[in-house]
Order: sequence, then C-alpha cells, then structure tokens
Amino acid sequence: MAQQGNRVKPNPKAPRQVLPVLAPEIRAHSADEVALGFTAEQAKLEALRCIQCAKPACVDACPLHIDIKRFILSMVEGGFDAALEAISEQNPFPGVCGRVCQHELFCEDACLVGKKWDPVAIGSLERFCADHARLRTEEAPPSPPRKPTGPKVALVGSGPASMIAAYDLVRKNYRVTIFEALHKLGGVLAYGIPNFRLPRNILHDEIARLQNMGVEFVTDFIVGRTATIDGLFEEGYQAIFIGTGAGLPYMMKIPGENLIGVYTANEFLTRINLMEAYKFPEADTPVRVGARTVVIGGGNSAMDAARWAKRFGSETTILFRRGRAELRARLEEIEHAEEEGVHFEFLGAPVRLLGDENGFVVEMEIIRMELGPPDSSGRPAPVPIPGSEYRIPVDTVVAAIGQGPNPTLQRATPQLVTRNGKIAVNGGGATSLPMVFAGGDVVRGGSTVILAMKDGREAAAAIDRALSQEQQ
Amino acid sequence: MNLILRKEWLAPDIALMEVEAPRIEKRWLAGQFIIIRPGAHSERIPLTIVDSNAERQSITMVVQAIGKTTRETAALDAGAHIADLVGPLGEPARIGSGARVLCMGGGVGVAELLPVARAFRAHGNHVVALCGARTDAYRILDGELRKAAGDLKWATDDGSYGFHGNVLQLLRGMAQPGDFDEGHVIGPIPMMKAVADATRDWGMKLHASLNPVMIDGTGMCGGCRVTVGGEVRFACVDGPEFDAHLVDFDEMARRNRAYREHEKTILDKHACRLGLSQ
Ligand SMILES: Cc1cc2nc3c(=O)[nH]c(=O)nc-3n(C[C@H](O)[C@H](O)[C@H](O)COP(=O)(O)OP(=O)(O)OC[C@H]3O[C@@H](n4cnc5c(N)ncnc54)[C@H](O)[C@@H]3O)c2cc1C
Ligand SMILES: Cc1cc2nc3c(=O)[nH]c(=O)nc-3n(C[C@H](O)[C@H](O)[C@H](O)COP(=O)(O)OP(=O)(O)OC[C@H]3O[C@@H](n4cnc5c(N)ncnc54)[C@H](O)[C@@H]3O)c2cc1C
Ligand code: SF4
Ligand code: SF4
Ligand code: FES
Repeated sequence: MAQQGNRVKPNPKAPRQVLPVLAPEIRAHSADEVALGFTAEQAKLEALRCIQCAKPACVDACPLHIDIKRFILSMVEGGFDAALEAISEQNPFPGVCGRVCQHELFCEDACLVGKKWDPVAIGSLERFCADHARLRTEEAPPSPPRKPTGPKVALVGSGPASMIAAYDLVRKNYRVTIFEALHKLGGVLAYGIPNFRLPRNILHDEIARLQNMGVEFVTDFIVGRTATIDGLFEEGYQAIFIGTGAGLPYMMKIPGENLIGVYTANEFLTRINLMEAYKFPEADTPVRVGARTVVIGGGNSAMDAARWAKRFGSETTILFRRGRAELRARLEEIEHAEEEGVHFEFLGAPVRLLGDENGFVVEMEIIRMELGPPDSSGRPAPVPIPGSEYRIPVDTVVAAIGQGPNPTLQRATPQLVTRNGKIAVNGGGATSLPMVFAGGDVVRGGSTVILAMKDGREAAAAIDRALSQEQQ
Repeated sequence: MNLILRKEWLAPDIALMEVEAPRIEKRWLAGQFIIIRPGAHSERIPLTIVDSNAERQSITMVVQAIGKTTRETAALDAGAHIADLVGPLGEPARIGSGARVLCMGGGVGVAELLPVARAFRAHGNHVVALCGARTDAYRILDGELRKAAGDLKWATDDGSYGFHGNVLQLLRGMAQPGDFDEGHVIGPIPMMKAVADATRDWGMKLHASLNPVMIDGTGMCGGCRVTVGGEVRFACVDGPEFDAHLVDFDEMARRNRAYREHEKTILDKHACRLGLSQ
C-alpha cells in the first residue's frame, strides 16, 4: 500500500472487490448464507477505494446518516472496532443492514467514486465490520441488562421500524416495550427474508443487543386484539409507535387461485422461514413444492420465493409482466437468482390456473404483454396482447404481487385516520391520535428496510420531543 | 409461555385444558379462537376458546388429538406450559336477540358450540342444541350444554345414546322450515355442508364456523382463504363465522387435504416418541 505521511493513499481506480459467494452447486441444496462477506484483506482494499470526500454525498444519501466517510477511514487505519463504533452511533443493526439494505438506491448511488468507476462497496464494508466484531465477542459474557427509568413507550410490531425506534428511545432512558403478534421477533426479517440471505443468528444477536440495553420484548401479543391502543395508554404507556408493516398479501384475483399448490409469497415464505418447513419433518410445518414452480412478480419476495423453490429441487420460473429493467428486487438477489438457475420469463401475466380432479394446480394460462406508456408508478405499463395466451404445466404457484398494510390494529382503532389502508401521518410520524405515531410499511405500503428505519428514527425523535415537553 | 392449570379427558381422545391467559380472559367473546404452539418446534394451530374463569384468569380449550400437534397438546398435563398462545383471534359470533335459534355441533365441534349457545341464550334467544357424537363415550360437555341451551338433543352414530344417526338426520326428523329463525353449525366439513344444503330453502339464516388450515391467524398469509358467495375471504380475520349457505365447502374440504402425506409422515415419525397410539 502506498503511504503518504501517516495517511494511506486512496485508490479509487482499483477494481471494486467482488463479494465471495457460495458456489451455485452448493446453494442448490443448502440454506446456508450465499454471500460470504469480504475477507479482511478485501475489506482493507475496498476501504481504500474511498476518496474521503470533503462533502460526503454518501452520508446524506444513507437514510440513517451513518458516518460512512469516518467508518471507512477507521477501516483503512486498521481499526475495525473503531469503524464499528462509528457505524453504531447511527445504526445498531450493521449485520442486518449490511446484508439486506438496498444500498444501490441509497449510499452507493450517491458515492462520488461511482460517478467515474464502480461505487465503493459501502454495504459490504458495513457488513464486514459487524461480522468481524461478532466473531470475537461471541464468547464474551453478556453484561446484565440495563434498567431504564424514564416514561413508558410501547412499540407495536418488531420489524426494522420499531427496532430502531427502540434503540433511539432506550438510549434516552425511556422504558420501551415492543409488542409482536408472532412468536418470533424481526418482522419481515424473520418471516420473509430467507436464512440464505440473512442468517438468523445475526438477527438474533442484533436483537439481543437491544434486549441488553433494556428493551422489553413481548411476543404473541396483537395490539387491537390482545389489548387495544386505549388499553395500552391505561396501562401507563405515554406514547405508542405503530410499526405493524404491510403484511396483507394481495391476491391475483384470477380463476383457480384457491387450488392446492397456489400460495401467496407470504404463506410460502412464512412456512419456510418462520416455521422452518425446509427442515420438515424435524420442524412440524410442511410446505408443498412440486417439480415445476412459477413465481409471479418482480420484487424481493419473488426472488426469495423462487430461490427457495430452487433449493427444494424445483424447476423454477419467475413470471413478470414487465421487463428486466423494471424488476424491483435488490440487484444482488436478481443476479444470485440467475446464477442459481432460476428462469426469468418477462412480459407475461397469468390469466387463469387449471386444476386436476383433486383440486391440485396443474396448468397455468399466461398472456403476453407489451410495454406501453408509463403508468402511475412511472414505469412503462404492461399491456396485454390479445390472442397471445399460452399454457404451461405447473405444480406450485407463488403469487408475489405485493402487500398492503396489516389491517388488524386499524380495524380495532376506527378513530385512527387511514388512506387506502395506510396509516396517515404528518411530520415525525404523528397520526391523527394524540401521542400515537406510525412509520415503516404500515405508512408507506411495501417499502424497504432502511426507509422503515428512517421512519422509526424520526418517530422516536418526535416521541422524545413530545414527552420532554410534557415533563416540563 | 402459558401455564396449564387443569387437564381433563372428556372422551378417549378429547382433552379439556384450562390455561392461564389473563389478557385473553378479559377480552374474548363467543366464536373467537386462539393460536397455540405446544412446543418450540410445533406448528401453529387454531383452537376455539370454549370458556373462561375470571378468578383464575384462565381460558378453557378443548382439543381433539387427531394429528401430531393436537396429540402433543393433549399429552401435556397440568403444571406444564404451552410454548406460545395468542389471541383472541377472529370476529366474534353474530348474536342477535329474541329469536328461535338452532345450534348444531358435531365431534369436537360440540365444545366449540358451547360458548355460542350460551351467548345466544344470554341474549334472550330460545336455543335448541343438536349435538352429534360417534358413540356415547364421545359425548362431551353434556352438563354444560344442558345449562346453555333450552333444549339439548344428542345423536350418536351407533345409537348408544339418544337418537340413532347423525345430526342431519336428527334435524330432518325434528324440525321443519319456519321452526327456526337462525342457526349456527360447527363440526366436520361434511356435516356443515349437509346441514347447509338441507336448510337452504328454509328461509333461515345459517352461520357456520369454519376450520380451514391456518398458519399465522393474523391475516398475513392467506393460507386460510375460503370462498364465500364467490368471494375470497380470509377465515382468520374475516371469519371464522360465515353465511353457511354461501360457503364453498367442497373447495375447503379439498384445501384441508393438501398436506395429507406430510401429516402422515410427521405422525409416523413422532408416534412412538409420544407413546400415543390411540
Ligand atoms: C420477502 C421480502 C423480502 C424483502 N427483502 C428486502 C430486502 O432485501 N431489502 C429491503 O430493504 N427490503 C426488503 N423487503 C421490504 C422490507 O422487509 C420491509 O420494507 C420492512 O421490513 C418494513 O419494516 P416495518 O418495520 O415497517 O414492518 P415489518 O418488517 O413488516 O414488521 C411488522 C411486524 O409487526 C407485526 N404486527 C403486525 N400487526 C401487529 C399488531 N396488531 N400487533 C403486534 N404486532 C403486529 C408483524 O407480525 C411484523 O412482525 C422485503 C420484503 C419482503 C416481504
Ligand atoms: C378457527 C378454528 C378453530 C378450531 N377449534 C378447534 C377446537 O376447539 N378443538 C379442536 O380439537 N380443533 C379445533 N380446530 C381444528 C384444529 O386446529 C386442527 O385439528 C389442528 O390444527 C390439527 O393439527 P394436527 O397437527 O394435530 O393434525 P394434522 O395431522 O396436521 O391435521 C389433521 C387435519 O386437521 C386439519 N388441519 C391441519 N393443520 C391445520 C391448521 N394449522 N389449522 C386448521 N386445521 C388444520 C386438516 O384438515 C388436517 O387434515 C379449529 C380450527 C380452526 C380453523
Ligand atoms: S444502512 Fe444502507 S444506505 Fe446506510 S450505509 Fe448501510 S447500506 Fe448504505
Ligand atoms: S461518497 Fe464514496 S468516496 Fe466519498 S466519502 Fe462516501 S464512500 Fe467515500
Ligand atoms: S391464517 Fe394466515 S391469513 Fe389467515
């Protein structure tokens, strides 16, 4: 490495380090993590590609405003722990974010190096710092949990939005309780995103860290059912954050969608990820994956479902009504799906499913599409080509065509103002009810981990402002 | 973790369990259910809330041991814990007042009928209950039902108690169009379908409490979807009670058989370990 005084000289022209991955042949039969993460050597080389901009656009572009410039500098100067500390000031979930954040839309999109060469691999560096520390601290005995003493705040749902709000609030000494409907914590990170993208021990460790800071977690508790919003206030919670996500699956509304073998992505992924059907019969919950699977959709859920189907040995096709350029999944996952042999069929949509006499799906009728002028989403609208229908044999169908907000809490709280099922908010996530805040997918509809976290952070700040005012 | 306070065998494979659940005890209404996982690797299975006790902050469920998870549940004794228990789930039963109401239950559905029959009676309806069991040994909750309904009639398949035959035959023999304003049916799918078909022209509203396969029970997966009046509904959040005359029972029966081979695999694997070979 070239030295310049004490400083190491950046080298933005060096090729972007390639993330080592598990060989596709091994992946085909394994739930192990696909992306292996940089080696220490690679991490140092990649960190050197950062030119330490005077005005680092990356920091503004990261919705959590992680001090990217500083943590990369620490890495260059050899202090991986110092780098992690710099990250942790803003983000207690570097292991999660480094793996699942759609960095190509945020920090890496803004990186100056990327204007001329490939951007610095910020996401992978973030992940490296987290993994590096984790490997060493695993043996360290946990310190006894802290006991905050401030006002009580309830956070509903344990997805990324609530998690970061909990982190920000507990650091300010609030007594924070997270209520989760399911028996496991993490929201989509637990039930939606596969192990081979986010190993569960990473998720558990980063949640355990919150627990250790004094955040209380209550599973098997549905706000709106087990207790109401008003009930929580009566129990002494002074502010409530709703981070209940967008868990309601949209149906295709085509004939045959209730045939056996037809799943929503949520059911398919919940069975496999949350209930661990990939271990059946060691785990009790089964899933049916036949010889031929077709997954409908082009987002992260579609990639995840298709890659699982492939791991069950199924010949797998992703059917998407637009073109490759319009896929909405993380780039890395699209590439990994392709490497793994998932077949992509663009410009087609299902019109009906046909079953056998026992109600099992056996055939799908598809109509060809062409791209027309942009629709409300800004993307070219798919237009069906009349008479272009054709049929293919299929045993398993997964509909990954999007989700809307989970309606349970809203139904039980009719005074909460919603728009198209989404909770309506203004600045800082304030809802129509006093001291009730909301953020993440329940406000945005299906979105991304990092934007959910951004909302959680802003709501935590708003809650802190509101409660400190009240105390004065 | 919920503590089991009491366990009692009501019939050879049907256990009643009283479980500590203070929050659910305070909030549940007739027709609602819970989802449990008896152990840390278990499936999530739905069970109806049958009763509750304010003093002991408990709810009661009645479980028929038919597959792996229900057997594992029924094998737990007082003092043990249920790994996960969440609720109350689903919409409560629709209970009007001042009507002549026919309540019909079959098998373990008889237990699920109890809170509904009680609620109808408490709201000033005239309640007649028709309950079916395989044999006398499988008749459950007789005393409770007698208190809950103004009139209780049993049918057993082998005639060992009460009417010899099934609930549908009992119904045909004792009631005619116009005798009842409203009905509620809960039990095996063929029974609910038969009762719905038989009463279609009776000018009587009939509610069925459906039991499709469920996973989360919170409206998140769509696995519990049923077709009612041509529309897809999620039984866990829109139901479990629907207009029986509009339910596509055939589709529901097919969907409930989707995992039959898997159920057999897991039952074989665990049968010896559980020592349950009834
Ligand atoms: C399969 C899949 C893959 C994805 N992959 C990516 C990815 O790679 N990168 C990315 O950035 N984004 C991805 N996304 C999107 C991302 O996961 C979400 O935008 C994000 O998780 C939203 O976070 P949240 O905190 O708002 O809610 P969620 O993560 O949805 O969590 C909400 C939680 O609230 C619970 N809950 C709901 N109602 C109640 C109630 N009444 N009481 C108590 N608890 C309740 C739910 O059970 C759930 O656990 C993916 C989404 C899916 C479905
Ligand atoms: C709203 C509702 C209330 C219910 N209340 C009761 C009750 O009070 N007492 C009682 O004994 N049973 C009740 N059931 C049925 C009970 O949930 C099933 O018997 C149980 O899930 C079977 O699980 P298993 O592993 O023992 O058997 P399995 O071998 O898995 O299944 C046996 C049969 O049960 C059905 N089944 C399987 N998995 C599920 C599932 N996750 N959800 C629903 N049905 C399933 C299928 O038809 C299957 O063929 C209820 C079901 C619903 C939907
Ligand atoms: S959290 Fe996402 S946007 Fe922020 S630095 Fe990490 S990868 Fe980039
Ligand atoms: S924009 Fe890129 S080069 Fe500049 S500081 Fe950020 S990571 Fe480094
Ligand atoms: S059980 Fe999943 S939506 Fe009803």
